[in-house]
Amino acid sequence: MSDKTEYKGLKGWIEHRLPIFSSLEHFSKYQTPKNLNYAWNFGSMAGIALVLQILTGLLLAMHYTPHIKMAFQSVESIMRDVNYGWLLRYMHAVGASMFFMVVYAHIARGLYYGSYKSPRELLWFFGIILFLAMMATAFMGYVLPWGQMSFWGATVITNLFSAFPLVGESIVTWLWGGFSVGNPTLNRFFALHYLLPFMLLGLVVIHIATLHQHGSNNPTGLDVKSKKDTINFHPYYTVKDFVGFGIFFIIYAYFVFFEPNYLGHPDNYIPANPMVTPTHIVPEWYFLPFYAILRSIPNKLAGVLAMFGSILILFFLPWLDKCKIRSGNYRPIFKVAYLFFIIDVVFLGWLGGKPAEGDYISMAQVATFFYFFYFLILVPVISIYEKTKPLPASISEDFAKHKGA
Amino acid sequence: MRNFLLIIFTIFISLMANANEDAMHPKKEAWPFDGIFGKVDREAAQRGYKVYKEVCSACHSMDLIAFRTLTDIGFSKEEVKALAAESQIHDGPNDQGEMFDRPRTPADFLPAPFPNEQAARAANNGAYPPDLSLIIKARHDGANYVHALLNGFTEPNKEGLVIPNGMYYNPYFPGHKIAMAPPLAEGQVTFDDGTNSTIEQMSRDVVVFLQWAAEPEMEVRKRMGIKTMIFLLIFTGFFIVAKRRIWKNVK
Repeated sequence: MSDKTEYKGLKGWIEHRLPIFSSLEHFSKYQTPKNLNYAWNFGSMAGIALVLQILTGLLLAMHYTPHIKMAFQSVESIMRDVNYGWLLRYMHAVGASMFFMVVYAHIARGLYYGSYKSPRELLWFFGIILFLAMMATAFMGYVLPWGQMSFWGATVITNLFSAFPLVGESIVTWLWGGFSVGNPTLNRFFALHYLLPFMLLGLVVIHIATLHQHGSNNPTGLDVKSKKDTINFHPYYTVKDFVGFGIFFIIYAYFVFFEPNYLGHPDNYIPANPMVTPTHIVPEWYFLPFYAILRSIPNKLAGVLAMFGSILILFFLPWLDKCKIRSGNYRPIFKVAYLFFIIDVVFLGWLGGKPAEGDYISMAQVATFFYFFYFLILVPVISIYEKTKPLPASISEDFAKHKGA
Repeated sequence: MRNFLLIIFTIFISLMANANEDAMHPKKEAWPFDGIFGKVDREAAQRGYKVYKEVCSACHSMDLIAFRTLTDIGFSKEEVKALAAESQIHDGPNDQGEMFDRPRTPADFLPAPFPNEQAARAANNGAYPPDLSLIIKARHDGANYVHALLNGFTEPNKEGLVIPNGMYYNPYFPGHKIAMAPPLAEGQVTFDDGTNSTIEQMSRDVVVFLQWAAEPEMEVRKRMGIKTMIFLLIFTGFFIVAKRRIWKNVK
């Protein structure tokens, strides 16, 4: 960025008015730590997942009818009558799962390598906001086909707001646009499902702008100290990102072409029927850990607060974790706690898919307790008392060591 | 941390298990449509259509299936025209503003046995025979489930289980009590190709037909999937090589 290129002729004329060429150069010459491992691929994968969701979603919206009497039919007509409509819909439905998969991996990477620590707190915040917006988008999108799970999922989740004292019931009526989940609900969910992805896109721009202020974190968690620590983004990380894209698309394509309904629920191929409640109402897999937290607490309001709290607590993480060393690689005790935390979240996800009865409830209570215990007690206490391992002198030294091995 | 991928994969596997509802798990059958090379067995699907038409369609609709799509399972255009014309449809209004009956054309959808849900319930002891267009996708392990259900009518083997009048025992159905009478009987359908119409044969054929109806795009999808996979493997391999070469000289 410091050694600016001179642009001449037409390029210079445009550059003088719109700094497009220098911006492109910023991206290609963007200095990136040279020791990033493949855990740093998930950000670009999430980006491509978002773009694909917007493109396939745009084409689906051209054929979809947001009306309770026609929505299910119109989705089936996409599947049967629209040329390659099945491909669009399966890409969109599986794409949502792929998006969450890479975003969960992206978050897990940030948690392990301390990417939320100073000076990247705002980067982390925009990430959480992106995650929340993404969850809202996915939830509303799942309602659109107007199958049994769409309808009952919408009913259960919107009803959560009724837990709030005094205003709860009014909020729910307001969300529904009526006295039950009905046509106004479907219409507004469609409108918002179309709007939110573009807000996501805007948030991604802010997320990246914030990232580029201090650059990527890296597996050592060390700051960049000299030019030797970094390399140009292009071609080194563009080519590495493409390796990631390749693997991403292989998994994606496997599901789209060979197991398109594996990640969905069969009940959503039954048209919505307000008179018949499914035996078990379960959300899509990516919401299951939070669903388990919600159901583990017998009091409805407390359950709702715990569920929202489980995500909002991430906002406090930069201050709950007092350790100056970012990377979990040099934190032997944190590393173990982190592993248990990941197991706990997976366990919660498994519990979320089970009926809320008997032992499952007590197991979910233990798992929910551990989830909060990790953030509120384990992380702060470990960060104060832990004896950390010695850090390498620099990123380049760490890189040379691994390259030699 | 290579474990990330592993962790994600574990999340995947562990979350997919569906809660079972005390129904017996259907036996896994080998189907011609299984696997990445799976195909629709055209002859079985045509026989299955006949089973649907002569047996199932007395109670179950298939609202999403148009006659024109039956060419997918190997019927010729003329055959489809003839099959469609077998039933009448209430249409209109015409130029005089009157409603009229006419034979169905290939553009029409399969006829439904009842005009609405209430009529269906009234005729079936209050039970509503579900539409079969998507039944294979709308049930967990759909193909095996439908096959097991059709072959699963037995005497109750549990003591104390009271089967009310008009209900039947079937261990594959959630709750074990189903309002559908055993629909198939030996030799009930006469197959045009001379295939012996045992209950097993008819149930297999109708599953092949229903599977096609639920996923008419399946063959095209899987074929495209194989091509896409080959492309993606080459694409990824190319970038793995490119990545190695570009990074080789980074010190």
